[in-house]
Amino acid sequence: MADSDVQDRPRAHHDMGGVPRFLCEEIDIEPHELTPFDRQVDALRQVLAAKGLMTVDELRRGIEEIPEEEYLRLSYYQKWIRSITATLIRRGVIDEADLRARLDGAAS
Amino acid sequence: MNVREAESGRLLAALTSLLSERGLISDDELAARMAITESASPKQGARIVARAWTDPGFRERLLADGTAAVEEAGVFMRGLPPLGVLENTSEVHNVVVCTLCSCYPRAVLGYPPFWFKSPGYRARTVRDPRGVLAEWGTAIPEDVRIRVVDSTADYRWMVLPMRPAGTEGWSAEALADLVRDSDMIGVTQPKASL
Amino acid sequence: MNLGPGTAVRIKDAWPEADGPVHVRTPHYVRGRSGTVVRHLGDFPDPGDIAFERKPAMRSLYHVAFRLPDLFPDATGDELLVEIYDHWIEAAGRAQA
Repeated sequence: MADSDVQDRPRAHHDMGGVPRFLCEEIDIEPHELTPFDRQVDALRQVLAAKGLMTVDELRRGIEEIPEEEYLRLSYYQKWIRSITATLIRRGVIDEADLRARLDGAAS
Repeated sequence: MNVREAESGRLLAALTSLLSERGLISDDELAARMAITESASPKQGARIVARAWTDPGFRERLLADGTAAVEEAGVFMRGLPPLGVLENTSEVHNVVVCTLCSCYPRAVLGYPPFWFKSPGYRARTVRDPRGVLAEWGTAIPEDVRIRVVDSTADYRWMVLPMRPAGTEGWSAEALADLVRDSDMIGVTQPKASL
Repeated sequence: MNLGPGTAVRIKDAWPEADGPVHVRTPHYVRGRSGTVVRHLGDFPDPGDIAFERKPAMRSLYHVAFRLPDLFPDATGDELLVEIYDHWIEAAGRAQA
């Protein structure tokens, strides 16, 4: 077989099956309780989907567009809120300037 | 403040308040969704498994059409991805992974566990399933084929484990108590004495 | 495309992510590899279109089985089953593009 390993293929970084970099990684099998933040983000995504404001495929596209270093550093639901934000801005559901203003206001 | 660099909790709060002001979402709707999501736990799946072990007709229907069978058993499936059920036998042992993301049969198992979403699990399971199962202390005999199921698209997959030896005559309720989420993803096997 | 159980197939050795933003559900490690259709799971709108707000093409979805050693040279003789949309499937034995 000419291509016996997956190193040289232009795979996307979320496409992790069999990737050598993670093969020595131990799996943390302990239960991790979800935080209130996690549950809220999960519920928000469901409500937005039910209202036709975004799809799960757009959520995934948005997660996949997070640069690799951040993708690996952010928690699962931190990636979700990043993707939800990007999707709603792209769709024009919310305005980025409004959101920025709201964040600046909340920072004080 | 750069939106992309905002701390996640503040981003959620800002987003939620903007969407609420526009009348696009409400606190009640979010609370209702959370309640529905909490109600789907591995206990649902365990009840389905125990029924399949004790009701051969249900087992047939479950393997033929998981969605219809769990709906018949009272699980709310409308608008959710179809459910496929993979049966473990003395010849094949199934283990489910989602290498691209975190596809998980949430209707019957609830929120995906931390490990299911981890890079280690996602990367290793398709290449070294026996090594991954060993992390749970699970050893599948050499003459049993492991079937790794990479859940990539429109279905969600759940494993129907083998009924443990020594449970003859047990009630469905007692059997359901033996079944954990990890048994229904295939990284562990239920045992009569936990 | 209507592929019955047992049909030998090959997954396209295509890398659309190299040409710009895409949303792809075919894992990298099965591309260019040969497997066997287990069954037709149904027809679904293409998530690659939905993710980009395009009108989705309908795709037939197949469960395709592979021998693990055909995917990874260091793997045990076990099996892998994965959902693949029809536009990623070509007849087995066809010459590489």
